[in-house]
Amino acid sequence: MTAATAVAARAAAPVEATPRPPTPRAVVGKVVWVLAVVLISLTTVMPLVWTLSTSLKPESEILSSYLQLLPSTPTLQNYLALFTDGPFGRYLANSAIIALGGVATNLFFGGLAGYALAKLSFRGRGVVFGMFLGSMMVPGIITMVPTFLVLRHFPLAGGNDLFGEGGTGFINSYGAVLIPFAAGPFAVFFMRQFFQALPDELGDAARIDGASEFRIFWSVYLPLARAGLAVLGVLTFQAGWNSFLWPLIALNDPQMLTVQVGLAGYVNEYQTEYGPLLAGTILASLPVLVVFVLAQRYIVENFAHSGTK
Amino acid sequence: MSATSAPVRATPVSATRRQQTISAWVFLAVPVVLFAVFLLLPVVMAIGLSLTDYSVIGDFEWVGLDNYARIVDDPIFWVAVRNTALYTALYVPAGLLVALGTALLLNRSTRTARVFRTLFYIPVVSSTVATAAIWFWLLNPQYGLLNAVLGWFGIDGPAWLYDSQWAMVAIVMMSVWAGFGANMIIYLGALQGVPGELVDAARVDGAGTFRVFWHVTRPAISRATFLILTLLLIAAFQVFDQAYVLTKGGPGNSTLTLVYYIYDRGFGRLEMGYASALSFVLFLAILVFSVANARVTGRENDR
Repeated sequence: MTAATAVAARAAAPVEATPRPPTPRAVVGKVVWVLAVVLISLTTVMPLVWTLSTSLKPESEILSSYLQLLPSTPTLQNYLALFTDGPFGRYLANSAIIALGGVATNLFFGGLAGYALAKLSFRGRGVVFGMFLGSMMVPGIITMVPTFLVLRHFPLAGGNDLFGEGGTGFINSYGAVLIPFAAGPFAVFFMRQFFQALPDELGDAARIDGASEFRIFWSVYLPLARAGLAVLGVLTFQAGWNSFLWPLIALNDPQMLTVQVGLAGYVNEYQTEYGPLLAGTILASLPVLVVFVLAQRYIVENFAHSGTK
Repeated sequence: MSATSAPVRATPVSATRRQQTISAWVFLAVPVVLFAVFLLLPVVMAIGLSLTDYSVIGDFEWVGLDNYARIVDDPIFWVAVRNTALYTALYVPAGLLVALGTALLLNRSTRTARVFRTLFYIPVVSSTVATAAIWFWLLNPQYGLLNAVLGWFGIDGPAWLYDSQWAMVAIVMMSVWAGFGANMIIYLGALQGVPGELVDAARVDGAGTFRVFWHVTRPAISRATFLILTLLLIAAFQVFDQAYVLTKGGPGNSTLTLVYYIYDRGFGRLEMGYASALSFVLFLAILVFSVANARVTGRENDR
């Protein structure tokens, strides 16, 4: 660790302005730095590359040449097996519906509420904001059992009567995962921070022109918050696509499983059949990886800001 | 950051204000209702449930504090506590040091550093389930990459997930790998705020690299350290996905964590009353450790 810290601390030092021929010490430092970052990135990237490579190998090759990075006879049979042997396509569709639905509701309601907390003056604003902020500290585990019961006994849903008896409520429907997280406190908080940075005068001017409050939000402020909405959208998509414990509890009908829950089942089911398991892993990771690569600049920068403020 | 101080307006104040108040509550309606139904109500229900023997099927009775008394005498609960404590003791320091080390390494504004930042971040993007599936393969005693690499150095790797001595260590390694990128980014943000003049001045005074780090950099990023410690602690206390996917709590209960135990009681055996009591005990533990962390790490921030 000490060697790494020393190198790292040197990296932290500002670059000298005067160009001088590099000293032997600086050259060694540079080489050590490159070696260190290459080694670390190998540990972060290699497992994924190896997973991809294994998922493209035929069954006979997986164990016999497990260290060979490039498959000698690449095949898509593991991927095809996922769709022919089980409802993997259905899992992907379920996850897509849940993740995209969550993005839509969180952007809209989070934006609306965040705007109200940032730009409208009314009594109780501080209390509501504190309430949302505080709720982010409550661990999910504590509300897990009661939330299940609330959804199961929701009046007039899923065959329930007015008193929430008789049916299964929202359990085993998309609503069980979509409704409780439709407007999370994080979305409200995130959008409030974003709107607060925009000037009040824009709204005041529109107000004098007689625009309604919703119009001011929708046509004046929301277009200016596009960057924030994009980041929130990506983060919400990732959280929705990757979530595990709650879908595991609320959706147990085989046709309703999300891709993560389905994949977790495969780890046990395919104990020795790594091909389909790792093909499923690639498919389960692909959407978030693609979204991340497209948006990575915004995400990494914005994340850095939210951490320090 | 004064959220409550309303700006003074010259326009007909009362009409605008009334209009704004109505609009604000309409805009806030959905999140507030969801907050009430899926957070406030469940917390109150959890308190009530923890005082009953509710188990979905059949009648249930008020049992007072019996569930809590039962926890104290529950040997499996203490196994879960021990496992969670072990996980926390390994994961929190490792997660913090790796995040800090990599952030210091990449704290330069070159294009190369930015590329590596993305490469380091990649594991964060994948879900814990996908990560666990990948590690399930990496950790295979015979055909896994990890033991193959250890073999190059003449080390005979353990059976990892099949060995009760090593299973938790394997889960910690996987979790650090999967999560350090996010905290690295927070540290990178904080390192931008370290005053360069101070670092230069310390160097001119002849301070070595480590002393500059300890006396200049470390205090300047203490706020980020506090945030990361809090996030790591809360995550460590609630570890579940990895243990569920990789080991199902085994072998021999060696990776049975508290959240896993609560899940198993509540949704496996449907003892929802007992599970609620267990979750309150966990909540209390998180609260105590968060407050202690705020006292110890947070105090440095006020200096």
